[in-house]
This record gives sequence, structure tokens and C-alpha cells, in this order.
Amino acid sequence: MPSTYEPIATTTLSGSTSEVTFTSIPATFTDLRLVFVGTSASQALAIQFNGDTSTNYSRTIISGDGTSASSPRNTSLDRLIIASLNSTPLLTSLDIFSYAGSTNKTGLINESRDQNGSGLVLRAVGLWRSTSAITSLRLYGYSGSNITGTATLYGIKNA
Amino acid sequence: MPSTYTLISSNVLSTTAASVTFSAIPSTYTDLVLRVSARSDDASTVRGFRLNFNGVSGTSYSETYLSGNGATASSVRDSSISYSDLGVVSGGSTTANTFGSVEIYIPNYAGSTNKPLSGDSASEDNSTTAYRRANAALFSNTSAISSIVATLNAGNFASGSSFYLYGIKNS
Repeated sequence: MPSTYEPIATTTLSGSTSEVTFTSIPATFTDLRLVFVGTSASQALAIQFNGDTSTNYSRTIISGDGTSASSPRNTSLDRLIIASLNSTPLLTSLDIFSYAGSTNKTGLINESRDQNGSGLVLRAVGLWRSTSAITSLRLYGYSGSNITGTATLYGIKNA
Repeated sequence: MPSTYTLISSNVLSTTAASVTFSAIPSTYTDLVLRVSARSDDASTVRGFRLNFNGVSGTSYSETYLSGNGATASSVRDSSISYSDLGVVSGGSTTANTFGSVEIYIPNYAGSTNKPLSGDSASEDNSTTAYRRANAALFSNTSAISSIVATLNAGNFASGSSFYLYGIKNS
């Protein structure tokens, strides 16, 4: 039976290797899932697809910081933030549905971090306004380096 | 190609149980996923779903969560607690034959660093108060996770509750 859930690539990021671009993403899956676990020194973790640096990204968020819940929105961004890192152990994932289709690309962001006295739980929907199939994904620390962790890109098939 | 997403163990209850244990978890995967469908057997509308790892209690656990009940949204933090609070399941007073859902993601469970966790859970029965919760948790322990015990904050898991533990390999 063909595998439904396959790792496409995995990479380890350290202070000297602070970003990765997954290239030549095959169009043979239905959805993609990016999973990152690691830490960083005050750097947000961002995504750009197919080298697009224009303001074609947006997201709507619901989050809780242990005290209050909020639901902000970010529009017309030049990147999709998938985690606001701050040295805590962090788990974040991005699910991209129908990444090889001819419609705009919707993703679900799941960010979870707790440091026994501080933390954030965030769930967001992101949008990349492009009808092109996703063939590359750049993962990087916004505003600098010092990202440490492991990033894995999985492909999910619906049949 | 070796399977990336593999069922390690499962348990579907044929009677009530105070806890469900997964032991001798192999260290050969990258991440773990626990998927649960459960309800309690006592008179309640919702119960908290908890995990303990490797028999550890003490003050090794903490969490931040976001919760909505159809009327309000809130966020709560618990620090230095004796269990990992990772979501909610349906209580015994909710609509019959209705079970809450929980999914727990445990990355790098066999590594030598502290263990961050993510939980997503929901309880909805079109009658009593519903809950949707997202949890971020931390198990402050650098040992590989080799056992997991699931419990509720009160009551027992009802018959029919199911627990599936999967291993995910990143290569």
C-alpha cells in the first residue's frame, strides 16, 4: 500500500544555519505539513513560498497567553509568521491544503509553547494569495538568525 | 519505503477504567501522536484529560491553554503541577453515546531535552456546554518518554473510550 504520510525532507537548524529552503517539492501529494520543534533568541519564525517576497500573505489568529485570549489579524504581509520564538521550547506546525492546486493556498498554524510560568498557545489560519503550486518553502528567522531546532516537511496523500 | 506514521498500541475500553497506560514505548520514532475519543462515567459536563510520563509526578509539568465554550474565550496557565493537563473530554452527563476528542502531539519524545507538547480537544453534544481547547504544555524532564498514563481530573473513562498511540518517523 502506498504510504499516506511521508517525510519529504528534514533539516537541523543551528545558529550558523538559521534558515532552510525546501525545494523541488513534488506535486504528488495532496497536502503538506511542516513541523518545527526548537528554540530561538527572540526571533519570529517565518515562511515564504516559491520565493515570493511580496505582500501576499495574511493570517487570522486566536491565542492565549495564560491570562487573556485574543484574536488579532495580520494582512498584506511579505511573509507568513508561524511562530513567535523567544527561547522557550516550541512546537509549531503548518498544514497546507491542496498545495499543488490552482487556487489560493490556505494553511493552519498550530503554535504551542510553555515555559512553566510563561507561554503561548496560538491557532491561526494563514493565506498565501497565489494560484501557483507550491514548489519551494523557505523557513527562516525573521529579523535575524539564532534559530535552533529541527524542521521536517511531510507530504500527505488522500488516496 | 518504511511507514512514517505507525500505530504503536491501542486500547478500546470494554469497561470503565481509572487510567490507561502505554508502556515500553520504543525510542525508534521521532514524534508521538496520541488520539483519544473518551467520556467520563460520572455526573459531569466535562472532565480534564491528563497525562503523566515515565511515572513522574512532582512539579515537572506546566501548561498554557486557550479555551472556548460557545460564550466566552479564556486563557489559563498552570505552573509546576504534577500532571500534564492536555485538554477536555465529554462528561458523563452529556448526551449519550457522545465522546470528546483529544489529539496530543509529542515531538522529539526520545530526545535529551525538555519535552514541549501540543494538545487539541473538543467536547460538543448539542445540549450541555461545549468546549474547544488548545493546550501548550511542557514536561520538564530530559529523559526519553517510555511510558504514558492517561487519567481524568475526576471519574473514570467510560466503556467505549478509545486510545491510539502512533509513532512518526521524520526519515
